Amino acid sequence: MAIDASAMGRLAEGEVKGRSLWADARRRFFRNKAAVAGVVTLLLITLLALFGDALAQWSNEEIDFAVMGQAAQLGQPSIANGHYFGTDDLGRDLYSRTLQGTRISLMVGIVGSLIAVIVGTLYGAVSGYVGGRTDQIMMRIVDILLAVPFMFVVILLLVMFGRSLFMLFFGIGLMSWLNMARIVRGQTLSLKHKEYVEAAQATGVPTFTIILRHIVPNLVGIVAVYATLLVPEMILIESFISFLGLGVQEPLTSLGALISEGARTIYYGTTWQLLWPLAFFIATLFSFFFVGDGLRDALDPKDR
Amino acid sequence: MAMLDIRNLSVRFDTPDGTVTAVNGVSLSLDRGETLGIVGESGSGKSQLAFAVMGLLAKNGRATGSVAFDGREILNAPPAVINPIRAQKIAMVFQDPMTSLNPYMRVSDQMAEVLVHHKGMSKAQALAECVRMLDAVKIPDAAGRVRLFPHEFSGGMRQRVMIAMSLLCRPELLIADEPTTALDVTVQAQIMTLLGDLRRDFGMATILITHDLGVVAGFCERVIVLYGGQIMEQSPTDPLFATPAHPYTRGLLGAIPRVDQEGEELSAIPGSPPNMTRPPKGCPFAPRCAHAGEDCLDHLDPLTEFAPGRFRACNRSLEELA
Amino acid sequence: MTKPLLSVADLRVTFELTRAGDMPWTAPRLLHAVSGVSFDLFPGETLGIVGESGCGKSTLARALVQMVPATGRAVWTDGTDLLSITRAQMLKYRADIQMVFQDPLASLNPRMTVGQIIAEPLRTHHRGLADAEVKARVKEMMDRVGLLPNQINRYPHEFSGGQCQRIGIARALIVRPKLLICDEPVSALDVSIQAQVINLLAELQRDLGLAMIFIAHDLSVVKHISDRVMVLYLGRTMEIAESGALYADPQHPYTQALLSAVPIPDPAAERAKRIIPLEGDLPSPMNPPSGCVFRTRCPRAEAVCAETVPVLSVGAHGVACHFPGPLIRTRRMAERA
Repeated sequence: MAIDASAMGRLAEGEVKGRSLWADARRRFFRNKAAVAGVVTLLLITLLALFGDALAQWSNEEIDFAVMGQAAQLGQPSIANGHYFGTDDLGRDLYSRTLQGTRISLMVGIVGSLIAVIVGTLYGAVSGYVGGRTDQIMMRIVDILLAVPFMFVVILLLVMFGRSLFMLFFGIGLMSWLNMARIVRGQTLSLKHKEYVEAAQATGVPTFTIILRHIVPNLVGIVAVYATLLVPEMILIESFISFLGLGVQEPLTSLGALISEGARTIYYGTTWQLLWPLAFFIATLFSFFFVGDGLRDALDPKDR
Repeated sequence: MAMLDIRNLSVRFDTPDGTVTAVNGVSLSLDRGETLGIVGESGSGKSQLAFAVMGLLAKNGRATGSVAFDGREILNAPPAVINPIRAQKIAMVFQDPMTSLNPYMRVSDQMAEVLVHHKGMSKAQALAECVRMLDAVKIPDAAGRVRLFPHEFSGGMRQRVMIAMSLLCRPELLIADEPTTALDVTVQAQIMTLLGDLRRDFGMATILITHDLGVVAGFCERVIVLYGGQIMEQSPTDPLFATPAHPYTRGLLGAIPRVDQEGEELSAIPGSPPNMTRPPKGCPFAPRCAHAGEDCLDHLDPLTEFAPGRFRACNRSLEELA
Repeated sequence: MTKPLLSVADLRVTFELTRAGDMPWTAPRLLHAVSGVSFDLFPGETLGIVGESGCGKSTLARALVQMVPATGRAVWTDGTDLLSITRAQMLKYRADIQMVFQDPLASLNPRMTVGQIIAEPLRTHHRGLADAEVKARVKEMMDRVGLLPNQINRYPHEFSGGQCQRIGIARALIVRPKLLICDEPVSALDVSIQAQVINLLAELQRDLGLAMIFIAHDLSVVKHISDRVMVLYLGRTMEIAESGALYADPQHPYTQALLSAVPIPDPAAERAKRIIPLEGDLPSPMNPPSGCVFRTRCPRAEAVCAETVPVLSVGAHGVACHFPGPLIRTRRMAERA
């Protein structure tokens, strides 16, 4: 086709930037004060968890022999002796231990969530898109796995194979992707019938390419929301396991373990041992909840 | 005195993207028994006009101006004032019969609800009246079908049920908002014939809101053409089609393919419907009008009568448009 | 006589419906969406397919591109039967047969830019093309359909309905298909925009020598753009003829009823018009009437209509009716009046 002069002019014009739906969602998200507060808090906690050790005067393993045995009298939080959050019963610096606990808890939550996102999304999208008998079989497998009381499975694994960090991740990863797969499958079922998917099929785009190019990007919204709300769930599960005394081994610690210890020693008046880890715990969870809610509102399908 | 008198009605919505002006200063009046057609495309504000009259605007909508029914002001009236008017004086039929009926209630229950609430009838009396009305809208075997659920009726039947429901209290005015848009063309013809018969039998005034000029040609005595929330032309039906006096009306008539004419190239109106978040200062049609001048972007002459009963809002005179 | 581009013979699409709660051995109910449609389509011509809801026109379109399973024959100009080849073999024909859909915004992936959307068929069928070449072709196509090429990075929701439909048309035409199937392409658009898109399609067809199958329920639109028109009812062809002949002199009672119901924007004509009423409801496609499917609502139905299925007559003006003919008042119509 020959192109005339005026068309040449139009074709040469500079390109206008588009306003994607993500940009719209981002705008809506940052208008939500609670969500922004959540993000800021999370950022602070993460920075502290990663770099806060630079400010610590004691490592998390060192025992302060000056305080040991007399934690109730001498172990209060003080700037003078470098124990910003106080010490625990053995005289270890609570500040370092809290930071480390936060690190472990966050890692568990994020890894669990990541496994859920990657495995769950692919599994659910394939199952939902392919449909038919494959879908039935895949979903029945999910149903059967969901029926297993996972808390006990994880505890069993930890007892049988030892309390390592790896075993913890393994156990949590095993169960985190199941609900995500269901949610993604449901969403895929409704996306499958959209006209733009029909258009891609009519064009001859291969099946897996359709899943990756057309289905998954339109799933990201719901996956992001659910993943963000999954992190605190994972942290809670890990904390419960640690509270039972089956979590990570010493000298590693998690917020759940710290809270467990702190709850036990309240009788002696050493409330700081409970309050500091608990404060971090609650702040982290609440922040994730606010961010998750903010994401859900920002990505509201009505405005898509 | 006119039965319905709307003066300078404006409807605005507060949205996250700004204030959307759906209706921008519309005035019209309707006499008893008259049939008025309101024609417009998307963004013309025709549906919001009807909702404002009935007090059915969404929560973020604000209506200003005046709507007088039988001399009484009903715009933004409190429920105590507007509720007795709804269904008894002014009834409305909506576009999509699939979603206008409650799928969980039997048709008899939904219809009887209107009579029991407004007329204080007993359920038995109400049911008998419902069957009578379903007969009037030509639903076959009305007595047998009245206890069915909405999904057991076809689309055309459901719209008849909606019409029957709206006429139960013998309203003086029936507002039909795109009543046949979702229906097949043969069903549409049946429904429009039915509305014509009912108008003759019950004598109510009708406002028919639609985008289809063909439907208006067969049913309405008077037509108002809306664009961008404002009235462009108002005229009795025959002269409007014979000698359209506004560039928009002419453009619209030229753009419609017709079954009874040989296919020449359709004269399309360039451009797109207006963006109502920034209502234009002047004429809303100016960006798309072949006759627009500098003044059209700045102001629009008010609606003026240029022939008996015919009004137009255009800065260019009729001679200039020829 | 030129060879037809597409020759469809006895196309049937039947869906099996299983009700929730049925036992695995219960035979599923059959929904006959398309029951034996045949037609020839020649290069460069536009065939309009009209019918009301439930007539099977959209299903027919999807059957031609293997989106629903179908039986029968759909022979392409190179001799291949499109209904009997595998999906992998069908791929190369998909570059020749493209579709435009009804809902302009819904047919575009909201997460992809306009440029990516239009480029997709190109990337699927011509994998080796360089990015710069793809972009150049996309911009050229955008200009061709009346969009500003510098909008290439914008997203579908930033465009109006009419512009979205232009994007859909650009996407379909970028691989230079020989046949364009348009499934209700203007039904969701405003009247003033409809005219723009119809004019665009007519212009592109002339310039690119496309054949088009134009599916719509709006008879006025179909008349305007089609060379020949086929009228469907409950999955069967009632009448097929040249556009002018069909509208001026319809022979099938259903076509006559349909045409009489179309509103005309002319008050005098509307008043003079006599609408032929169709009594009753559309029969269920799961249980179509015996013989002629239209007989339950036909003003001319006689006993033979229930016994024998009328065959579509051969010739330029095909009618499937035992009593075809212009609109004359038969004895039964007179009795009812």
